[in-house]
Amino acid sequence: MTEAYIYDACRTPRGKGRPDGSLHEVTSVALSARLLNAVKERNGLEGHAVEDVIWGNVTQVMEQGGCLARSAVLLSDLDESIPGLSINRFCASGMEAVNLAANQVKGGAGQAYIAGGVEMMGRVAMGSDGAAIAVDPSLTFKTYFVPQGISADIIATEYGFTREQADALAVESQRRAAEAWAENRFAKSIVPVLDQNGLTILDRDEYMRPGTKVEDLAKLKASFKDMGEMMPGFDKVAMLKYPHLTSINHIHHAGNSSGIVDGAAAVLIGNKEFGEAHGLKPRARIRATAKIGTDPTIMLTGPVPVTEKILRDSGMSISDIDLFEVNEAFASVVLRFMQAFDVDASKVNVNGGAMAMGHPLGATGAIIIGTLLDELERRDLSTGLATLCIASGMGAATIIERV
Amino acid sequence: MADFKYELGADGVAVITWDVPEKSMNVMSLEGFALLDSFIDKALADDAVKGVVITSGKPDFAGGMDLNVIAEMRAGGAQAIFDGVMRMHTILRKIELAGMDPKTKKGGKPIATALPGTALGIGLELPLSTHRIFAADNPKAKIGLPEIMVGIFPGAGGTTRLVRKMGAMVAAPFLLEGKLSDPKKARAAGIIDEVAEDPLAAAKAWVLAATDADLVKPWDAKGYKMPGGAPYHPAGFMTFVGASAMVHGKTMGVYPAAKALLSAVYEGALVPFDQALKIEARWFTKVLMNPSATSMIRSLFINKGALEKGANRPEVADQRVKKVGVLGAGMMGAGIALVSALAGIQVVLIDAAQEAADRGKAYSEAYLDKGMARKKVTPEKKEAVLGLITATTDYAALDGCDLIVEAVFEDPAVKAEVTAKAEAVIPTDAIFATNTSTLPITSLAKASARPEQYIGIHFFSPVEKMLLVEIIKGRDTGPVAVAKALDYVRQIKKTPIVVNDERFFYANRCIIPYINEGIRMVAEGVNPTLIENAAKMVGMPLGPLQLVDETSIDLGVKIAKATKAAMGNAYPDEAVDEVVFWMADQGRLGRKTKSGFYDYDEAGKRQGISAVVADHYPQAADQPELTHVQHRLLMAQVLEAVRAFEAGVLEDIREGDVGAILGWGFAPWSGGPFAWLDIIGAARAVEICEALTAEYGARFETPALLRDLAATGETFYGRYGEGQAAKAA
Repeated sequence: MTEAYIYDACRTPRGKGRPDGSLHEVTSVALSARLLNAVKERNGLEGHAVEDVIWGNVTQVMEQGGCLARSAVLLSDLDESIPGLSINRFCASGMEAVNLAANQVKGGAGQAYIAGGVEMMGRVAMGSDGAAIAVDPSLTFKTYFVPQGISADIIATEYGFTREQADALAVESQRRAAEAWAENRFAKSIVPVLDQNGLTILDRDEYMRPGTKVEDLAKLKASFKDMGEMMPGFDKVAMLKYPHLTSINHIHHAGNSSGIVDGAAAVLIGNKEFGEAHGLKPRARIRATAKIGTDPTIMLTGPVPVTEKILRDSGMSISDIDLFEVNEAFASVVLRFMQAFDVDASKVNVNGGAMAMGHPLGATGAIIIGTLLDELERRDLSTGLATLCIASGMGAATIIERV
Repeated sequence: MADFKYELGADGVAVITWDVPEKSMNVMSLEGFALLDSFIDKALADDAVKGVVITSGKPDFAGGMDLNVIAEMRAGGAQAIFDGVMRMHTILRKIELAGMDPKTKKGGKPIATALPGTALGIGLELPLSTHRIFAADNPKAKIGLPEIMVGIFPGAGGTTRLVRKMGAMVAAPFLLEGKLSDPKKARAAGIIDEVAEDPLAAAKAWVLAATDADLVKPWDAKGYKMPGGAPYHPAGFMTFVGASAMVHGKTMGVYPAAKALLSAVYEGALVPFDQALKIEARWFTKVLMNPSATSMIRSLFINKGALEKGANRPEVADQRVKKVGVLGAGMMGAGIALVSALAGIQVVLIDAAQEAADRGKAYSEAYLDKGMARKKVTPEKKEAVLGLITATTDYAALDGCDLIVEAVFEDPAVKAEVTAKAEAVIPTDAIFATNTSTLPITSLAKASARPEQYIGIHFFSPVEKMLLVEIIKGRDTGPVAVAKALDYVRQIKKTPIVVNDERFFYANRCIIPYINEGIRMVAEGVNPTLIENAAKMVGMPLGPLQLVDETSIDLGVKIAKATKAAMGNAYPDEAVDEVVFWMADQGRLGRKTKSGFYDYDEAGKRQGISAVVADHYPQAADQPELTHVQHRLLMAQVLEAVRAFEAGVLEDIREGDVGAILGWGFAPWSGGPFAWLDIIGAARAVEICEALTAEYGARFETPALLRDLAATGETFYGRYGEGQAAKAA
């Protein structure tokens, strides 16, 4: 069977997703186009060098609407014969782009793809594209809809994670991210964002709060307590689904949840012939991909069943994996993953994650694949697994293996 | 005689008067609707008609749809309901558009409504389709859409029009809670347009002055935006997210009408008005086809009404009470005095000490003061009500009482003593009623010199709030006593059921096994939270453990001991007693000691299930399925109801169902225990019973009657729906 290789992986630094964030002045299409240009330049992609650009993006309205992927290609220096496909699998959109591309290559539909994604959360607000699952009673009743933060708190309640454990994990994420930046571990991947004059707008992740202590986080108010217990009372809905729960333990807050940021990431995926034709050396092969649907109310437990599935499908076991990237959407998601597989924290998110550096929804899936690959190379390890929890109850995973 | 009359005045205003013959309140029938339609056609076609006013020939406008019509429509299946509802939409839409040019919106004839009084259900949906609603300044009038209370929702455009008029958030209490308003409040809320001294005259004047623009509803005008925002408007999105969660949490998912209403609102908000009406009709059809709606309408409207009007009243002369003697001024006696005085009945409230009697009367005063603070009671009313109550220790004051309600301590000796004292004074034809929840009437009647005039009236606490009264016939109780009790209950505006004298009568007979089943599960190691939630998720207002905390553990102990003494070796509830007696030993007596199955904070607010209880009864590793717990909790009550009916304690399943819902809040969505059995079917019920019997023993054994229904494929309402008794009296 044809193998799909990763030839390059890069990302922009993540800017605070707020009006005073450094990337707030940059449009979604411009940020995407500049990253595509970087991929083109770094790899010498002339003409119809790739079959398609598959671009993950969650909030596909306004400037991110109208098939942003095609707009980004047209604004970039890529050849106009390369089309562009916007996709949305919520938080795993960037990963799904990579997985789709890899499977297209494996199946022989083209030699190479650029896959990745973007989310300018400060410019196009999360949720501004609407969502029937949150408001259509036919759906909300059937799925016992609660917002993600409540779901994350349900995980904590159901699997017994405390506020202290969650806060400790967040502090460790900050420590690891700071250390990784201090040691320039992201250097291979980071593409600074420049303006039209070549002036630097942002060259490092700016959301981080290095030196955050557990005591600092202990002061923060639980974010989802009021909407759970008071108005409109999501806990009651949750308890209809899980009637054995006496109450929901609201442990999540801004500090132990993923940050709202702007950012983009891209991965260049191709078969062997593509690499040979362009004089590129494959860095890793996409060994396996998987996605799965799960209980939509607790919503964010997907990494566990999707990891079980990808291991089963690829005939591997958890001990075959050297390093893990488990998206830090909420602390309880990562705690649950480590609990379910009895994986040591020293192998998971070793350079920090979204709690420290932020989670640009459509891009994160591609970011963590790149981060995983960089670290496997740095440590000279072989195999890594990246996984994300996904809104509405889904999970996605990718296993990469260095070659 | 027709439901509507048409009269064209010299001023060019056609007045359509709704006046259903031989009814005190207008209700809409299909024939009525057709006639109204023809009058609208006539008015629109007649050049001499400048406009139309629709009003009523009665003190009120209308009480709603004739719910029997809904039952008939349902018989025709979904297509018949949908077609019927769409025909109503067509007529109401014709009124709304009033012959105007569809493009220019000009040339329509103004149509207004004049409401002399109450306007409910279709009685408001019809006015909402007109161009302006005038109401008389009648503070007793109730205006609103109470359909949700009987398990349906406003399906003749009321839902769609109200939401488009005021927005989803503002309309929510009127649609989802069936909130009713007096005319002034209805005007302030924007449901109606004007309150006028003479609404008919005001409506006519408005009709004659109205311009083309006055006839165009906001939703028919260009650029209409829903107040508060449609679902995908940022503000509207938050409203709709919250609405779903709140309705889901509040209804625990067991009321299909609330969900269907919300769906009609959401889906309707995304499309033009006429499409929204179609959507409303589809969801309305769905709700009507749900057996829950039929059962709720049958129990909470039709049969409740029939019982209140004396469906089971013996045929004897009017027995309305003029003067009642209440013996015992404790909590029950004070409440009975209050509701009696509120009904305009003269009350003599007696207790052993004057201070106690005064305290009993003070209860009424406090109640009336609260009403005054809320502007519901005038000072004159307060004075009048209190003036009816005489608080005394003197039995001679009972002279002239035609009814005695004895509400002293639950002790046969005490009851016997006051019975004799009262009977020495009261007229020989007076009826003597005892308020008791546990003591057999037949044996209490031995203290009476006139046992045929002796009867049980079981009030629920708090008297002024609880809607049900259980009337218990002793062995010797005669028909006049029954009629007296029924007429009295009707006077105090409560719903009666009449039952025969057996242990715990009807309500307590069913509720005790419910509590016991919950307690048994605790002992078995079932997660208490699961028990409580399972109960609430099947529509019980309180979980069994919360209920026993409210009624108190020591009462449970007392009842258990008395029952055991009476039953001897046949006593089946040792497993329950083990828990209850242990709780009592721990001093955990429930809410009153701020400790029971639940913990309570200093202020008495209920916290979680107590760790003391959880530690003593550790949870089993394997927990039962939710539906298994629910079957146990429901069947514990329902089988007892069936047995009561089999034994003739209950003579009418309608009383069994209405009594269960009003008496102890039995899953109202189901329409009551018998209605629930009909919904699931006798065959399925037998299956559940057999499985439960195999696991838990005799208390779930299938009653012969249920087995028989399963064998013949019949339903309770099919066989006994007209009030037939299972056992000949």
